[in-house]
Amino acid sequence: MLSYLLRKLLLGVPVLFGVTIIVFAIAHAMPGDAVLAMITAEAPSSEELIAMRRGELGLDQPLYIQYLNWIGQILHGNLGRSFVNGRSVAAIIGERLPMTLELMGVALLAAFVIGTTLGVISALRQYRLTDYSLTLGGFVGVSIPDFFMGLLLVYVFALELRWLPSSGISTAGDSFSLADNLRHLILPAAALALFRAAIFMRYARAGMLEVLNQSYMRTARAKGLKPSTIVLRHGLRNALIPLVTVFGLALPTLFGGSVVIETIFQWPGIGLMFIDAVVNRDSPVIMGYVLITAIIVMLANLATDLAYSVLDPRVSYD
Amino acid sequence: MMHADTLARDKVEAAGQRPLLDVQGLSVAFGPEGRAVYAVNDVSFQLAEGESLAIVGESGSGKSVTMQTLMGLIRKPPGRVTSGRALFRGRDLLAMPDSELRQICGRDIAMIFQDPMSSLNPVLTIGLQLTEALREHQGLSEREAERQALDMLDLVGIANAAQRMQAFPHQFSGGQLQRIGIAMALVCKPSILIADEPTTALDVTIQAQIVELVARLQKELGMAIIWISHDLSLVAGFVERVAVMYAGSLVETAPVERLFAAPTHPYTIGLLNSIPSLTAANTRLVPIKGAPPNVTLPPTFCAFAPRCDHAVARCREAKPVLEPVVSGHAAACWRWRELQGLPRTPEAVMATARASGAAPNEPLLTVSGLKVHFPIRRGVLRRQVGAVRAVDGVSFEVLRGETLALVGESGCGKSTTGRAVLGLERPSEGEILFEGKDYAEATAERLKERRRDMQMVFQNPFASLNPRMTVGRIIGEGLRAQKIGTRTSREARVSDLLALVGLREALRDRYPFELSGGQRQRVGIARALAGSPKFIIADEPISALDVSIQAQIVNLLDDLKTRLGLTYLFIGHDLSMIRYLSDRVAVMYLGRIVETGSTAAVFGTPLHPYTRALLSAIPVPDPKAGGTRRRIVLGGGVPDPSKPPSGCHFHPRCPKATEICAKVAPEPRDFGSSASGQHLVTCHHAGEV
Repeated sequence: MLSYLLRKLLLGVPVLFGVTIIVFAIAHAMPGDAVLAMITAEAPSSEELIAMRRGELGLDQPLYIQYLNWIGQILHGNLGRSFVNGRSVAAIIGERLPMTLELMGVALLAAFVIGTTLGVISALRQYRLTDYSLTLGGFVGVSIPDFFMGLLLVYVFALELRWLPSSGISTAGDSFSLADNLRHLILPAAALALFRAAIFMRYARAGMLEVLNQSYMRTARAKGLKPSTIVLRHGLRNALIPLVTVFGLALPTLFGGSVVIETIFQWPGIGLMFIDAVVNRDSPVIMGYVLITAIIVMLANLATDLAYSVLDPRVSYD
Repeated sequence: MMHADTLARDKVEAAGQRPLLDVQGLSVAFGPEGRAVYAVNDVSFQLAEGESLAIVGESGSGKSVTMQTLMGLIRKPPGRVTSGRALFRGRDLLAMPDSELRQICGRDIAMIFQDPMSSLNPVLTIGLQLTEALREHQGLSEREAERQALDMLDLVGIANAAQRMQAFPHQFSGGQLQRIGIAMALVCKPSILIADEPTTALDVTIQAQIVELVARLQKELGMAIIWISHDLSLVAGFVERVAVMYAGSLVETAPVERLFAAPTHPYTIGLLNSIPSLTAANTRLVPIKGAPPNVTLPPTFCAFAPRCDHAVARCREAKPVLEPVVSGHAAACWRWRELQGLPRTPEAVMATARASGAAPNEPLLTVSGLKVHFPIRRGVLRRQVGAVRAVDGVSFEVLRGETLALVGESGCGKSTTGRAVLGLERPSEGEILFEGKDYAEATAERLKERRRDMQMVFQNPFASLNPRMTVGRIIGEGLRAQKIGTRTSREARVSDLLALVGLREALRDRYPFELSGGQRQRVGIARALAGSPKFIIADEPISALDVSIQAQIVNLLDDLKTRLGLTYLFIGHDLSMIRYLSDRVAVMYLGRIVETGSTAAVFGTPLHPYTRALLSAIPVPDPKAGGTRRRIVLGGGVPDPSKPPSGCHFHPRCPKATEICAKVAPEPRDFGSSASGQHLVTCHHAGEV
């Protein structure tokens, strides 16, 4: 097990190295740069000023030098400084990441619990009205993209019904409270979760249907166990195994989704930060964001592998 | 049906009590009216306390469905019980609410299943799986349940039971798992044990262990057993009564001696004729003609009529009911009285004994020192730390025109040997000479050429045919790949092949799922024959088929050999079939050949202790032999091929092993005579008295 972990982590090094090259290339292939983005029509600047600012930021050096400088910093555990406000990228991310993790964590957990439960119910009631309704609901769920779901929720629950706030993480002016924060969390988390819950439901239903046909389920029934014991102890444990893969695959798309959702709901996480950074051509922040996301996704995949070995005793890594 | 089971009734009346289980007119159908499958039709039988009953039938005969219905295990819908009662100690299992049935299942009636690998939950410890029924039914504390589970594990012969309670199913061998499955069924001391083909997925030597175990436990615990099987020979040895099912109906029921001595129903007779006997001479097998029954027609006629030589108009118009032949023996046939005088095996068939081919001499295939090792890699750098020695130094010859059978239990390397010969597996060492040319190291291009002369028939005709291709394309594909002939000549060749293997031309455009198992295996054979090969490797070609179909396929293979002058390497584990169709036999154990010789010599005077144990483990279709025949039951299972025992691989299980066996691997020695031919035995103690 330990040697497996070690091997995976070692394999992660060249992958991350590849990520840095791609990120750097893309960040610099974007039209314009941070200096041009700062200059607006209202504040015309002279050519010398532009060149000076570029010099300060190191943008006048050849690309490979810029890349090597950046990599050198990273190896020292330093993600560089924002071109826009000069703050350390690590500090910015450190301050915003918890917001994103809160949003993503709640969304993923809710999606998993709701999706799996409904999927199992659907499988147990196969070809009955409940199953058909849930399957239809799931189809609708996977068909609505995150951003549209977000707008829909804002329209219904914030604008029409006025039950929930439409943006931010807390009510402006009030002192921060968890209850208030959670009220703000509901809509963005729901926008992220519904699509994923529908996906979990589909897989949970398929997984459970397969498990129900296994002969160990027949053995369990032949023992005269209670139906709830049969479904939960013998069925669900097995049906969850393929869901782990789906769970692992959901993470990267969740980062993508959170960029859009944080923008719609003005949720001050790293997704919103990323959009701001792109607008400002703030390449250290852009690159820092992608790198951190890549690391988190890689660690999550590793965790998925480990979860496999916990859920399924037949899986052992060596 | 009121006259169903007089024997049980006699027993019951003698004991002055009602039967333990009394099934009356049970019918089960699947699917909606109009498109239904009539799985069980009007089945009645009784079971007395402590009695052992075998229900024998082929796949689709309804034997498992009958039992699963009693235990409430069939899915409803699509399944539905259309009529009947099943009284367990006077209470109708079919009419009681689920919650009540649940209290009987697992406590009073328990079941063991066919495949122990899939019938135990892979993610739960065996301790949990053993104790849960106890805790459910008897409300025991965890500790007390564990204690009883441990006792039961001891009883079924699991060593170190206490340590193994925390282990998961995949950490056990198939034989051990089936023991655990039995322990699981018996923890609550049920009064009826239903065993649904519990040995079908196991090797012969393990099968013998399990049969012995269940028979012993039945005596110790005094329970009644219903043993479901497709194998008449297997149940002959240890049950009291046999019920034969066909197409969802009971066709004959009798005490076991009576059934084998005086079978009455034409189906039972056919079934007995299609079993090769270990003792009889090389007579040709008599298969039951046709294919398994169509159970989608309402049961208003004798379902066996389409395959019966004696069927008359009446058989096709009305369904016969079970009538007593003598007390305790009943058969469901309109003509059983008229058929009583007829000989059991038609004379004409007896006369056409199997023609042995022309005396073979020159070797077509010579394998020497063949090794196939699969590396085991571990650690951060995936270094090779060992190897699974699937084939570990195998040498044999196949002479032109003969059939050599490679026999052994699962994991002995027989299939890997076959695959290596065909070039599907790269040998790690050794020579493979075909017509004098070595191609162990051959390139893909040369192997492709080789395949013109050498083809394989695979084990599972359900999985080895591409479901998206028509029969015609499957058969013709090899011709296209080898660029043999033109499009028209290939079409004609496919027609010839279909006729050769006994398939109608009309099947050409069908897909495999539309065919029966026997038909599919015929397609598999036609496919192998397409390029007119000289040599056929048949890897367990009949083991996935029903008994009555097996004989058809074996006869076909035999005919083709004579007609086309083929040479066979036949890989199998069913020794009685192998005795029937091979000229010479090579017995494999854990990657090595332990004994090679003519079929008569190996079966007549086996010299290796493993061969002897293997032969003694074969069930014989004779209830009298079951008791008297000395069976050598080997302990344990086949060891892990990545850590084979030192010296002779067989020594840890060998009754004759001495010190030398653990140290020195024996060399093959020839015990043959000029009459019997070469008879190589790889054992230090062979030939000792």
